[in-house]
Amino acid sequence: MGFLHTWLPYILAGIAVGGQYALIAIGYTMVYGILRLINFAHGDIFMWSGLIMVYLITTLPLWVSIVLVILFAIILGTTIEKIAYRPLRTAPRMSIMISAIGVSYLLQNFALYITGGLTKTYPAIALLQRAVSIGPATTKMVTIITPFLTILLVFLLVMLIQHTKIGMAMRAVSRDFETSSLMGIDINRVITVTFVIGCGLAAIGSVLFFSNYTGINPMSGAMPGLKAFVAAVFGGIGSVPGAVLGAFVIGIAENIVKGTGWTTFSDAFTFVLLIIILMVKPTGLFGEKDIDKV
Amino acid sequence: MKIQLNNKIKAALTTISIALFLILVFVGDNVISSGSSWRMLITVIEKGSIFALVAASMNLLNGFTGLFSLGQAGFMLMGAYTYAIFTIPSASHDAVYQYFGGGIIKWSIVEVLESKIGVVGHYLGLFIPIIFAGILVAIVAYLIGIPVLRLKSDYLAIATLGFAEILRAFFQWNTLGPVTNGSNVLRKYTTYHSAIFPVVIAGICITIILLLLNSTYGRAFKAIRDDEIAAEAMGINLFKHKELSFVISSFFAGISGSLLAMFQSTISATPFTTQMTYEILLIVVIGGIGSISGSIIGAFLFIACSEWWLRGLDSGSWLGISSDLMRSGFRKVIFAIMIMLVVLFYSKGIMGDKEFSWNRFVNWWLTRPQAIKNWPNKLKSKLVSKKKARMAKSDAKARLKQEKADSDYKKASGTPLFTPLPISDQVIVFDKEGK
Amino acid sequence: MKKFTVLSLILLLAMTAFVGCGGSGSDEDTIRIGVFEPASGDNGAGGKQEVLGMQYANSIQPTVEIGDKEYNVELVIVDNESDNSKAVTAAQNLVSKDVSIVLGSYGSGVSIAAADTFSEAGMPAIGVSCTNPQVTADCDEYFRICFLDPFQGTVLANYAYENGMRKAYCLSKLGDDYSVGLVNYFVEAFKNLGGEVVQEQFPDKNSDFTSYVANAKKAGCDVFFSPVSTEAAALIIDQAEAQALGMPILAGDTWDSNVITGAAKGKNVEVVVTTFYQEGGNPEFDKGIKAWMEEDSDAITNNGGNTDLAAVTALGHDAYFVALEAFKAAGSKDPADVLKALPSLKVTGLVCGDVSFNKTGDANKSEAFVKRCDTTTGTWEFVKKQSAN
Repeated sequence: MGFLHTWLPYILAGIAVGGQYALIAIGYTMVYGILRLINFAHGDIFMWSGLIMVYLITTLPLWVSIVLVILFAIILGTTIEKIAYRPLRTAPRMSIMISAIGVSYLLQNFALYITGGLTKTYPAIALLQRAVSIGPATTKMVTIITPFLTILLVFLLVMLIQHTKIGMAMRAVSRDFETSSLMGIDINRVITVTFVIGCGLAAIGSVLFFSNYTGINPMSGAMPGLKAFVAAVFGGIGSVPGAVLGAFVIGIAENIVKGTGWTTFSDAFTFVLLIIILMVKPTGLFGEKDIDKV
Repeated sequence: MKIQLNNKIKAALTTISIALFLILVFVGDNVISSGSSWRMLITVIEKGSIFALVAASMNLLNGFTGLFSLGQAGFMLMGAYTYAIFTIPSASHDAVYQYFGGGIIKWSIVEVLESKIGVVGHYLGLFIPIIFAGILVAIVAYLIGIPVLRLKSDYLAIATLGFAEILRAFFQWNTLGPVTNGSNVLRKYTTYHSAIFPVVIAGICITIILLLLNSTYGRAFKAIRDDEIAAEAMGINLFKHKELSFVISSFFAGISGSLLAMFQSTISATPFTTQMTYEILLIVVIGGIGSISGSIIGAFLFIACSEWWLRGLDSGSWLGISSDLMRSGFRKVIFAIMIMLVVLFYSKGIMGDKEFSWNRFVNWWLTRPQAIKNWPNKLKSKLVSKKKARMAKSDAKARLKQEKADSDYKKASGTPLFTPLPISDQVIVFDKEGK
Repeated sequence: MKKFTVLSLILLLAMTAFVGCGGSGSDEDTIRIGVFEPASGDNGAGGKQEVLGMQYANSIQPTVEIGDKEYNVELVIVDNESDNSKAVTAAQNLVSKDVSIVLGSYGSGVSIAAADTFSEAGMPAIGVSCTNPQVTADCDEYFRICFLDPFQGTVLANYAYENGMRKAYCLSKLGDDYSVGLVNYFVEAFKNLGGEVVQEQFPDKNSDFTSYVANAKKAGCDVFFSPVSTEAAALIIDQAEAQALGMPILAGDTWDSNVITGAAKGKNVEVVVTTFYQEGGNPEFDKGIKAWMEEDSDAITNNGGNTDLAAVTALGHDAYFVALEAFKAAGSKDPADVLKALPSLKVTGLVCGDVSFNKTGDANKSEAFVKRCDTTTGTWEFVKKQSAN
């Protein structure tokens, strides 16, 4: 009991942040699965969704804003894909990654310009912000909602991937890009759908994340983005359940690291984990054997 | 009429232009007063040459060996710290390490040498810590390389990026405070006094990189980049060469880090983030992946734009244009857009994968009058061909539409057509998860 | 050939930029004051508020008489991005704009980083709210008009101890000279008084303070001391409320900002800060600057959306007048003359108290204002003036 009493706040925080990382990580893992591209701009799309919410909420009711934020993230993501990634699809792997880094740089700098470099405060959503007590710990409602919502969304997504035609097409494309296009699958459509799903989930993740940690500045997407990517690698890139599991592991581990006094290494720890995984089992927990296909 | 210069003339031209550049820097450094707006030129040259070196070192790895590494900022950080720690004069230790009881290293290489061999020691004392910083970074890179270099492309990128972040946290660790001053700034260490110093050091290092690239090792690196399997078949030891490239690149990154420390006169671990690596990568891309001279040009352009030329965009008026849009941060937006344009439309960068050559340079200038004269024609023919392409496209679209309409008509009238296999059938063949 | 065209275009652009730069020569009857402040990054909000004070001062006193000649005063503002590595080039940029004196900065780290640049150029600089002793310690060119961290740390420790707090949780940010320094001096003073401390640091870009708040609770502390940037402050207050921290949060001068009152409004937290100025200390100034801000929507935006005064705005205002007095005393706009005039300068009639400099170039100040946040109205209420002894 004493153990639980001490560690419950950390574990709760870890589960919450893990769920939020999971929603971002799905975007990384799906895009990587299909395009073999680390979408460095994904964290910034997440940040922008938060930022847009701040501006929308001043004039619109909450639910409308949330819907619009999700729409915005989807449009932003697919536009980026169309402008920055599609023309380079046949170019060497490095060019498209550089393009992703360039987009990330642009999104950050544009946010810097719009916000004037100041941290914006995320609007308070009463339902999510309400304080609740679980045993010895007090926390926000969002901490409780996040894991359930995440698992629900992931379940829906897995259903989509396993049991619909577009899901099947996605699996086929991620297995073999060229062959599936020869088989009559509309590659562009599959990629667009992938970005739609990834960005939509990132936008939902942003609502949860920023309700919990209410400051948004141009750099707030970078660290969660990297951590979510590490989560995706941890779980085996290309695998949705793997990414989710990885995200929860990273979220909880990170908070326990902070709780034990190694606060300096709370970010670096994620990368230590990443390197250990890459050394020991480069394909991650659920990854396929053959990762170096291209 | 293509002009071919012989080697003697080329060498002479190179020597003269380098000498001219050095004289310009030297004179400029001494003549331009600190209140003049031209002073920024010297600042840009100093910082530009430091970034030229780190960009060249990154290019060696990414452009010539084909290893996508994103650890450059971490190695620079380490170089900067190593240099700074060993050159803080003993008199300043108490002030710098104020929270750590004056630190545990109570001497500085510069002072030790100065007391032994006088003025020569002072200058030697500047060089030795730089080299030392480079070597230390190279050793750490060697150790990191053993596990990391087994990884391929983006996995390598993300692992090196991770190592850079770990290094950063490590240098901020309070327990190491007596050496690294924890997360606080290191300052008061010995720096250079003339802008020519970083230019010369960076120049020497880049020359070494160029010589290396033209040696057997350089050719082996390029072979690995172009085709690993073929390279291995030809008897190139993959791991050994990758490790060599990684270590050498890190060595020069460390040196540029120590130069950066000197340039800034204070150093802390905070700014050496992933963003810094991205900036270096963007310099490499702008210059051209696989061209050292491109990296140099890219570095100077990048630094000049971000620190000097575009600053006016932040303060309301630039080149006589003024607008309300131009407020703090506008410079960075424009800059980022420019970079995206380069990445998307000139993905080869300024130099592509070619090095600067006097022949091309001279011929380019000689052909300008002709090219300018031909320009309208060229533009016209381009427009015509574009128009043709557009028309062909719309034709094809119309034809497709027609065909579709035909087939719809046929379908509607019940004529059997070629039916492709349903997608699902095809997928199941490949679907391992389905079993 | 395409790439050569691009290259030549870029070169052309460069040339025109050169011309543009060369054109901005100095006018005979203008005197330039360089403003070295962050407008973005961690300290962006505070930096902007400080600049507002200077701009307001400039609007009420746009000229200065040196000898018999009247000069127009122009503010040259450069953003140092709250980043130590950008600070050096920003400072160099300022020096190259032919300014006569530099004011700033808000954060200590950037000032420490830029000190050498000002030193090399012989450019006098007046620190406005950078409280770390290292700013002026080894730099003859740097002066400052606020109190120092050893003083502020002691004041805070005294306040905490006097109010019955015995165990303090101290949180600073990695690589932030201001918070690390202030925590260090606080810890020193607090331990001397007989208190106990738990010290932790959080990394750059961290926005998750859940665990830090939990750590403070776990350690059973009486006070949460976190003199960090306002950005982090808002997040800490938020988490403190969410987890029912149950102890007062104590902080230094950076927290005296409407960002904090905005974040704490309507929340069950107790926030106490030490600062340079309390609104109402000089009603004439308060009224003037509020009227000035209301006329300009940009000013209100820069102040964080309302006209609540931050102490740094008052200090910025003071710094501007100290600079003007320095010009008058020097009788010239040459930086070297201004530098000579500064050590013996005495300026009275300022908003935050008279300014004179000691040997290291720091202002002689012996009192700090202690304020508490009234969470129902979202304003600061004055508690007392506290001195170090």
